Amino acid sequence: MEGGSAIGSASTLSNDENLVVSSEDSSSPTENGLELRLTLSLGRKGYRDCRVSHVDDSSSSSSATPSSLSRASVTAGIKRTADSMAPTSGQVVGWPPIRTYRMNSMVNQAKTLAMEDPNTEVRQEVNNNRDDATKMRSSMFVKVTMDGIPIGRKIDLNAHKCYESLSNTLEDMFLKPNTVSSTQETDGHLETRLKILPDGSSGLVLTYEDKEGDWMLVGDVPWRMFIGSVKRLRIMKTSEATGAAKMNL
Amino acid sequence: MDRRFPFKVLEHIFSFLDVNEDRNSVSMVCKSWFETERRTRKRVFVGNCYAVSPLKVARRFPKMRSLTLKGKPHFADYNLVPDGWGGYAWPWIEAMAARRPLLEEIRLKRMVVTDECLEKIAASFRDFKSLVLTSCEGFSTDGIAAVASTCRKLRDLELRECIVDDLGGDWLTYFPETSTSLASLDFSCLDSEVKLSDLERLLSRSPNLKSLKLNRSVTLDVLASLLRRAPQLVELGTGSFSDELDPEEISKLTKALSELKQLKSLSGLWDLLPEYIPVLYSVCPRLTSLNLSYATVQMPDLIDLLSRCSKLQKLWVMDLIEDKGLKTVALCCKELRELRVFPSGADLDETDVTLTEQGLVSVSEGCQKLESVLYFCVQFTNAALVSIAKNRPNFRCFRLCVMEPFAPDYRTQQPLDEGFKAIVERCKDLRRLSVSGLLTDKAFEYIGVHAKKLRMLSIAFAGDSDLMLHHLLSGCERLKKLEIRDCPFGDTALLENAAKLETMRSLWMSSCFVSFGACKQLSQKMPRLNVEVIDEHPPKTRPDSSPVERIYIYRTVAGPRQDTPEFVWTIHKNPEVGVSRLSIR
Repeated sequence: MEGGSAIGSASTLSNDENLVVSSEDSSSPTENGLELRLTLSLGRKGYRDCRVSHVDDSSSSSSATPSSLSRASVTAGIKRTADSMAPTSGQVVGWPPIRTYRMNSMVNQAKTLAMEDPNTEVRQEVNNNRDDATKMRSSMFVKVTMDGIPIGRKIDLNAHKCYESLSNTLEDMFLKPNTVSSTQETDGHLETRLKILPDGSSGLVLTYEDKEGDWMLVGDVPWRMFIGSVKRLRIMKTSEATGAAKMNL
Repeated sequence: MDRRFPFKVLEHIFSFLDVNEDRNSVSMVCKSWFETERRTRKRVFVGNCYAVSPLKVARRFPKMRSLTLKGKPHFADYNLVPDGWGGYAWPWIEAMAARRPLLEEIRLKRMVVTDECLEKIAASFRDFKSLVLTSCEGFSTDGIAAVASTCRKLRDLELRECIVDDLGGDWLTYFPETSTSLASLDFSCLDSEVKLSDLERLLSRSPNLKSLKLNRSVTLDVLASLLRRAPQLVELGTGSFSDELDPEEISKLTKALSELKQLKSLSGLWDLLPEYIPVLYSVCPRLTSLNLSYATVQMPDLIDLLSRCSKLQKLWVMDLIEDKGLKTVALCCKELRELRVFPSGADLDETDVTLTEQGLVSVSEGCQKLESVLYFCVQFTNAALVSIAKNRPNFRCFRLCVMEPFAPDYRTQQPLDEGFKAIVERCKDLRRLSVSGLLTDKAFEYIGVHAKKLRMLSIAFAGDSDLMLHHLLSGCERLKKLEIRDCPFGDTALLENAAKLETMRSLWMSSCFVSFGACKQLSQKMPRLNVEVIDEHPPKTRPDSSPVERIYIYRTVAGPRQDTPEFVWTIHKNPEVGVSRLSIR
C-alpha cells in the first residue's frame, strides 16, 4: 500500500537528483565570446602576494572590519602592484569580466575609433588583426578514418612530436573498445598493433593524404615535413595500401 | 480499496506541469507520484553535468525528448578555468544514444563537444530536431555538416559563441537538397566565408526559417539578396555592416529590410557605419530586441536609431551610448526589460567616453519594466545605487561591474556598501547579483540579511575577512551558485558552513585564501560534495596550510569524476569516516 506513505529512501534519492535536475535558473543569456587559452598573468600573482602580506597582520574570522588605515593600505598596495604591472586594469586575468571574443573585437574597434574616418585600409588592417587573433590556436586537427569504422575521429597533430606518440594515440583511439562507439566491429583487431611502418606483421597500415591529394605511407618523411603537408589520415588494411601505393607510382 | 489516483488521471494532471521545479516537488510526495512524474517528464535540465551520471538520467526519464546540460563553471568565460578541465559531452551523448533514441533536442552550455559527438547525434536520433550549443568547443565544421546532412527533421541549429575549428563554408551545402525544416540557423561565431549561392539556395528551400544569424564574413552587399529570400524572418543577425555600397545598393537594402514585416530582433551589425543607420529605420518601430554591442557608432547616431525603437524590450549596446544616449532610451523605450552596456575598450585613463552612473539612473527612472541589467562603468556612487534601487524595486538581475578594482564611491570615498544594501533591501525579487567596487564585510552582511531570493552571486576583489563568506552562506537561503575571485578569506567560513554547500549547485573560489588542508577537511566532512582543487602544483608537494589557486566545489550523486586532467585533484574521501546520512532540507 502506498497511499500516503512517508517519504522513503527512494524519495531521498530523487531529491538529491532533483536538486541537480531542476529547472533553469534565471541566469541571463550569454554575451558573445570565444575562449582563448588561459594565460597566467604576473599582475595577478603580484596582487596575491600583496594580499598575503596584509592578511598576516590582521583579521581573523571573529574580528570586526579592520581599521580604515589597513584597508587603505591594502588598496594602495593593490594599486601599487597593479600600476607597476600595467597602466590599465586590463592586465589582471579575466578582469574586467568580458568574454574573450568581445575583448578581441574591442581591441580592433579601439583602433578604428582612434582614426577620424575609418577608411577601407584601416578596416582591412582591423580585419586582418582579428583574423590573426582568432587563428592563434596551437592545435592542428586532422581527420582520421579507419576502414570498417563508420565514424571518423579527429586528432591534434600538434600534440605530438614524433611518429611513435602519434601511433600510440591512434592505437588508443581505434583499437581499444572503450573509446570507440558501440557500433564498431573491431573485435578481431583487438590484438593487432597498429604499425606506422608496414612490416607486414599487422593487418593495418597508416596512410595520409598530402596537399597534392596523393595518399602516402606515414613515416617516410621527417616529422616536420609530414606536419607541413598532411591533410588527413587513414588507417587501411595492408592489402589495400599495397595496391594504392602501386597506383601512385 | 485502492485509494490511489489511477495512473492515467495523475499523468493527465502532471502533463500541465511545465516547470521542472514543480515537477521536482511533485515527485517527492510519494512513490507513485515519483513514478508518474518521471514517466511523463519530457524536458530534462541538468545544471552541472558532473552532478549526476548520464546513465541514471537516461533511465529515470523514459519519455525524455529534450536534454539541457551545463558543463564548465561560469568563470570559464573569463579565462579562469584552464583548458582541459572537463565538461565532456560524449558520455551523455553515448548514454542517450543507447537508451533514448527518441531524443529530439540537445542544448549544451560550456561543454566540450567533439565531431564524434555530433556524428553520434546524427547517427542515433532519428527524429532529431534541435541542437543549441552555447560557449562550447572541440568540434569542427565537419561535425556540423554531419548533423546538417543526416538529421532530416532538423529545425534548429544554433552555434552561440562557440569555438569551432572552421574548415571552410562547405558545411552549408550538406542540408537536404529538397526543402528543409529549418526554423533557426545561427552560425555567427564561425570565421570562414560561406558561398553566397549556397546560402541563397538554402534560404530559398527553407520556408520555415524564422531566425537567421549570419557570421561576420557575410558582407553587406549580399544582404539584400539574402533577405529577399527570407521575408518571413523574425530574428536577423547580419554580417558585417561596413562595406561600401553605392546608392542603388543602399536603396535595395533599405527596401529588403522594410519587407521584413515580422522582424522583431536584430543583431550582428558589426562595425555599423553611421551612413547606414537610415537603412534600419523601417525595422525599428517593430523591434523588441536590438544588439548593438558590436556597432561602433557614436552617441548621436545611437540616439537617432534608438529614438525610433519604442517597442524595445532588450537592448545591448556599448558605452559609446553615453549618459545622453541612455537618457533618450529612458524617454523612448518604455517597454525596456533588459539592458546591457559593454565597455568599448577605451582605456580607463581616457575621458572621451562619458558614460557614468547617471546613465543607469536615468534608465531606472524612465523604464518602469526594467528588470535585468549588466552595466560596465569606470566608477560609481552610493547615491546612484540608492536612487536606482528606489526607482526600480523590480530588478531580478543586477550586475554592476565597476571596472577599477577596489574603486570607492568617487564622491565620498566610502565603500559601496550602502549602495548595494539599498539594492538588496528594495529589490525583493533579486535572483542574480554581481557586485564590484570597494566593499567591506558589511556589504555582505546586508546581502546575507536581505537577499532572500538570491540564486547567483558573483564577487571579485571584495571583503575583508571570513565574515564575508559566513554572512553569505548563512544568510542567503536560496543561494545556488556562488563565484568568488581575489577575496581575502577562506578556511574558517567554508568549514563552518559546509552543510550549506550541499544545498547549492556549486561554489567557485579562485585567488582566495583557501588552504589545501581545509579542502581535505571539507571533503571528508561532506561525502556528497566533490571538492576539486585546480592548481598547477600538486597539492601533495606543499604543506596543508598553503593556499590553493582555485577550488570548485559542487554537490553530486555521481561521486568523484574520472576524467580529471593532471592539474585537477578531487580530494578523496577518507574511507574510515565513511558516508554519513545527511538530511536535505
